Amino acid sequence: MNAATERLAVRLRGLGAARSQFGRACVILVPYLWLAVFFLVPFLIVLKIAFANIQLSMPPVEPVVTWTADKVLQLRLHFSNFSFVFGDDLYIAAFLNSLKVAGISTVLALLLGYPMAYGIARAPGAWRNVLFLLVVLPFFTSFLLRVYAWLGLLGRSGPINDLLLALGIVHEPLQLLQTDFAVYLGMVYSYLPFMVLPLYSAIEKLDLTLLEAAADLGCRPTKAFFTITLPLTKEGIFAGCLLVFIPAVGEYVIPALLGGPDTLMIGRVVWDEFFGNRDWPVASALAIVLLAILTGFVLLLQRVQSREEEA
Amino acid sequence: MSTDPAARAATTPSPPAPYVRIERLTKRFGDFVAVRQVSLEIARGEIFCLLGGSGCGKTTLLRMLAGFETPTEGSIYIDGVDVTGVPPYERPVNMMFQSYALFPHMTVEQNVAFGLRQDGTPRAEIETRVEEMLSLVKLDGYAKRKPHQLSGGQRQRVALARALVKRPKLLLLDEPLGALDKKLREHTQFELVGLQERLGVTFVIVTHDQEEAMTLASRIGVMRAGEILQVGSPTDIYEYPNSRFVADFIGSVNLVEGKLVEDEPDHVRIDCPQLGGTVYVDHGVSSPPDAQLSVAIRPEKLQLARERPEQPDNVLAGTVTGIAYLGDATRYLVRLSTGFVLRVTMPNVYRREEQFEQGQPVWVHWHASAAVVVMR
Amino acid sequence: MPGRRSLFVLMALAFGFAFLYLPILAMIVYSFNASRLVTVWDSANSPTLMWYAELFRNAPVLDSARLSFRIATVNATGAVILGTLAAFALERYRRFRGRALFGLLTTAPMVLPEVITGLSLLLLFVALEQAIGWPGGRGATTITIAHITFSMAYVIVVIQARLATVDRSLEEAAMDLGARPWKVFFVITLPLIMPAIASGWVLAFILSWDDLVITSFVSGPSSTTLPQLVFSKVRLGVSPDINALATILVLIVTACVVAAGVYMVRLEKRRARDAQTAFDAAT
Ligand SMILES: Nc1ncnc2c1ncn2[C@@H]1O[C@H](COP(=O)(O)OP(=O)(O)O)[C@@H](O)[C@H]1O
Ligand SMILES: [Mg+2]
Repeated sequence: MNAATERLAVRLRGLGAARSQFGRACVILVPYLWLAVFFLVPFLIVLKIAFANIQLSMPPVEPVVTWTADKVLQLRLHFSNFSFVFGDDLYIAAFLNSLKVAGISTVLALLLGYPMAYGIARAPGAWRNVLFLLVVLPFFTSFLLRVYAWLGLLGRSGPINDLLLALGIVHEPLQLLQTDFAVYLGMVYSYLPFMVLPLYSAIEKLDLTLLEAAADLGCRPTKAFFTITLPLTKEGIFAGCLLVFIPAVGEYVIPALLGGPDTLMIGRVVWDEFFGNRDWPVASALAIVLLAILTGFVLLLQRVQSREEEA
Repeated sequence: MSTDPAARAATTPSPPAPYVRIERLTKRFGDFVAVRQVSLEIARGEIFCLLGGSGCGKTTLLRMLAGFETPTEGSIYIDGVDVTGVPPYERPVNMMFQSYALFPHMTVEQNVAFGLRQDGTPRAEIETRVEEMLSLVKLDGYAKRKPHQLSGGQRQRVALARALVKRPKLLLLDEPLGALDKKLREHTQFELVGLQERLGVTFVIVTHDQEEAMTLASRIGVMRAGEILQVGSPTDIYEYPNSRFVADFIGSVNLVEGKLVEDEPDHVRIDCPQLGGTVYVDHGVSSPPDAQLSVAIRPEKLQLARERPEQPDNVLAGTVTGIAYLGDATRYLVRLSTGFVLRVTMPNVYRREEQFEQGQPVWVHWHASAAVVVMR
Repeated sequence: MPGRRSLFVLMALAFGFAFLYLPILAMIVYSFNASRLVTVWDSANSPTLMWYAELFRNAPVLDSARLSFRIATVNATGAVILGTLAAFALERYRRFRGRALFGLLTTAPMVLPEVITGLSLLLLFVALEQAIGWPGGRGATTITIAHITFSMAYVIVVIQARLATVDRSLEEAAMDLGARPWKVFFVITLPLIMPAIASGWVLAFILSWDDLVITSFVSGPSSTTLPQLVFSKVRLGVSPDINALATILVLIVTACVVAAGVYMVRLEKRRARDAQTAFDAAT
């Protein structure tokens, strides 16, 4: 091989490497840029507006960063939105109530979801597929329409009240709609599949010989459930609770349709501040606080989980 | 039974009173019969091995003893008590699982203590017994580890300790050494036997490895397709197999078909067309004349010679067609004039043992007691 | 070990599935009720298909359904393309600058409350319009962008999980035989992860088709999607034509899922049978 062709070969190889570098950069950069522009930047804007003042214009906010007349960059941060949020009992109550509703709904979903997931995971082969599909199916049917379905059922002249009247349990129709009860019902109903699926996969993964070993060592089935099955499916429980709790805290549709006017939930409050009062800065400040709460919650759970693993 | 009962009695010790009695046990999964009409008696303090190929029903039989599978028919008695319908958590039996089934979320100590906790044993006693057990299996420093922090051999010993700590009347071991590598396995075999002798617990071990069965067992039950074909001591099974299957399954064997031509109480002569001659066997056979039989001869019981040996029977001419030097012995393939190929193993007693060469004409001969006659 | 425990589990299953399905069944039944009061059965004139007929004469419903379908289709396609790239980057390029942030950005949209996502995207569009004059009002475009951003996260999870199970040695073998990286991707990797891409597409479609909250933030007056229309109607209470609409949607989805399920079961059976024959042949 003479020197010229060798040099050519080296250059071609370099070209090949550069091309694969370019391909790699494309694969990473395209989705990265998309998410940066449409997810990260908007987020920063929320942060910025949370520190701005409301004004009567479109958009209804004062700029935070301005050029003054003498060409000095001026940054005006208003903490008033946050002090407003924390100063108003209404907002605090909305946060607390959201956490309460989400927490109770999560526990209820767990109590119903665990035995269901257990039953599905232990069902004989063909049944297991069918039951699994039945849990997945609601995922694909409209969330909104499934919440709507309860409007008819819970109404004053709906079938539930009809049944209660017919059985003589009550003598006049109960007010079921626009109550906290309806909100809990809607939450559990909507998010039950999110609870069942991670539980199912955790229970299904569980090695059945461990339960046989427990029985062999003299452990009764009920006790084996609490000492073996439950601790070993803890990750499924964590995942399921997280998948229910997080969206439940910020939920808007369920309290808006099933809850009463006094069902305060933070998602609804943000919505109303934004669309009703057109107070973008306060809505943004509320969003930031909500996010901080959720992030703290997730971090806490991760800490607990990783400490468990270490132990 | 095809072999002479008198000859068998010489190698089988008279069995002690049965401790575990299995009566006509059958297990069906749908139409499939996993265990068929098995009857067995196991003595106290014995190491009994269930030996058979994969899928022959060993695990199923063991799981019925542990109580995980309900027998379709038949019953099980342990120490005189019918335990057929007793759930596993109430049986005086413990099992060491093939996968060990150690609880991943508990430490070694908690794993071993688990069984004692279920019985409500006092805390102090649990502590001492667990400690004793761990030092017995040489795991003293490992009490606080989790199973995933242990090696395969250590896990195996935790599983053993966990099953033994309850001092069961019967310990069931499903392929106890299957997950270990060869060297560790050989070492552990002897440890297991030592432990069993010290504790006096009755062991029932399932294995598909005949060498392991021979090393561990006081008696072996050979299984095929859900049935027990033969029960006996390792010597019994090896030297006096009762069927072609057992002969072929245990070790290596030359199996030749033949027909009884001379039937005397003290000897028989069998005509084997595959060998191009007759085989003389120095014990009687209890089978009808003219029955089709098989003759089983172990390769190490055949001998090779350059010159025709001076004996009237059991001498055949052949040619060496294959040689495998194994170190402790050399294995030859010898083709007879009929085209049949015999396997012959010659021990290498001296360092420069005289070796035969490829293509060399040789004489194969054997003693009248070397061959065993089995039904086809 | 059957007994009390399995009885309890069976009861939980029965109750759980009744809870999940009775409301939907009731909705379907009421869609054939002639009464405008929905839950009061008008036995004289029912069952009837009148609400279905009314639905198909209702121009706003049809328009918004068409718009939702268009957005969902574009969204699913965009989300699958971006999601595949992102999943590939996360799964195959273990190390690159900013990977931690990238990982966060790809999962955060799943856990972020919808009100926050919607709010922040709207603020972005407003700011962009002030700064560069684009997107020039809100409508189908902004809705699609918003949908791609949040549904992409789900697509990434599905595809990444599948990608992780693809045997790397297959790709290496192809490269060893002289295929270039792009070629390897299209000839080897893509066919192997196709099932995940298909389910990712369906998932993204459904997420977009269903979304109300994010859409409400970023839509304009001229663009009303089907969930928005439904929401504005049901806020005022039950409405018979919504029952009809729900029935149609539920039946379509059920048919698809059942077909997919039957196909899956068949596939599994065939695989088990093939494995059995192979096993029998080998022994
Ligand atoms: N729960 C079960 N259902 C159906 N068939 C089974 C079950 N358990 C075992 N079998 C079948 O019974 C036969 C014997 O199994 P097993 O006892 O595990 O064999 P071994 O332990 O000897 O390998 C196998 O063919 C197996 O497929
Ligand atoms: Mg087995």
